[in-house]
Amino acid sequence: MSETAAFRLRVNGTERVVEGAWIGESLLYVLRERLGLPGAKNACEQGECGSCSVLLDGTLVCACLVLGASAAEREVVTVEGLPNGSGELTDVQQAFLDEGAVQCGFCTPGLIVTVHDLLERNAAPSDLELREAISGNLCRCTGYGRILAAAQAVVAERSGSGRSQRETPS
Amino acid sequence: MSGPVLLPRSLDEAVAALQETPAATILAGGTDLMVAVNAGTHRPEAVVSLARVPELRSWRRDGDEVVLGACLTYTEMEHGELASLVPALCQAARTVGSPQIRNAATIGGNLGTASPAGDTLPVLAALDAVVEIRGPAGTRSVPVLEFVTGVKETVLAPGELVTAVRLPVLRGPQEFLKVGTRNAMVISVVMAALVVDLDGHTVRLGLGSVAPVPVRAREAEAYAEAHVDWEGAGNGRARIVDAAVVERFGELAATATAPIDDHRSTAAYRRHAVAVCARRAIERASS
Repeated sequence: MSETAAFRLRVNGTERVVEGAWIGESLLYVLRERLGLPGAKNACEQGECGSCSVLLDGTLVCACLVLGASAAEREVVTVEGLPNGSGELTDVQQAFLDEGAVQCGFCTPGLIVTVHDLLERNAAPSDLELREAISGNLCRCTGYGRILAAAQAVVAERSGSGRSQRETPS
Repeated sequence: MSGPVLLPRSLDEAVAALQETPAATILAGGTDLMVAVNAGTHRPEAVVSLARVPELRSWRRDGDEVVLGACLTYTEMEHGELASLVPALCQAARTVGSPQIRNAATIGGNLGTASPAGDTLPVLAALDAVVEIRGPAGTRSVPVLEFVTGVKETVLAPGELVTAVRLPVLRGPQEFLKVGTRNAMVISVVMAALVVDLDGHTVRLGLGSVAPVPVRAREAEAYAEAHVDWEGAGNGRARIVDAAVVERFGELAATATAPIDDHRSTAAYRRHAVAVCARRAIERASS
């Protein structure tokens, strides 16, 4: 017999109800399969790849390693719920497009959430801080150069120094 | 909210929940447990999550010691005052997984899982940490080297949980070294934690991933203690400058291990790497 759980989550600012979930379901599974939010990607299921990165009560975590029912009543922000002002895309998403930081795209949502989280806590990260911040997000296409360039572009934009002064990607 | 995922709001509630649901799995940061659940190798009948027990979430100074709540995360160990009070623990915390993992994983979870590769365990061994346990019969304290009894085995009885870890605050250098195949997201092949107590005139070397349980290199420690210039240690470092002594310290450290060949490395490499890490640790502590 499988035990089931019913609980409520606040996801991207909206109260969501989950019923009949198996108690071992990860937050990632709940988001993707029960709540129709496929932004966080399911890949390694062991916290290695970071493609399921979300914010749980404001803390960056791998959704695959969070027991869904244990997140009851907590605040979850996925890539779908990042603050985007009035536009369709956040500045980080736009920079990823502009800088060619997206190839196959599978790692992109996780990286977008990670870069948002970093820049919330540290508006002007050093190159090393930036590299360390994305060390839990695997990308097998880009070699990371374009991703770092995109993050640096956002730093420059937000600090008002503008696109022309950002570092040229190597 | 219903279902057998219990979210106690206090330590008393957590202990009661474990007593009422003996088959429950204890959930701390989830970074070990959920890997097994996702892989289908562990199917929990019930879960007691410790994430909302406030008593477990913080650390405090207690005289010459610090007491770390079991649900303190690696991110919390990496930064701030705690990092300067127990530098080796901070260094070990920083090597764990990725930022996402460090945000979730806890020191109590590292103890509860008791993996031979548990990153804080050599540090806790070197510091002679004491694990505080609470269960239906009350509280008890167990030295960390007695707490871990085998590969992923501990003295925890059903209904018991780790509530805290008690560590001394020592004056003197501390070093943590870890060998793995890359810098991030790596499970250790060898770990060495060196703690020098300039007041107690002791050298302690904890080793990890080189035996079923964390070990202390007692012979190497005694050898080093006999060769430290304790009177000349006024600059806050442990002065060992003789290259032959450093070399011998490494050799003795390797003799304390019982490594195996596995998918991450070989016993021979682990013995070699332990000697190198021990040498580097004592060199760093001396400089």
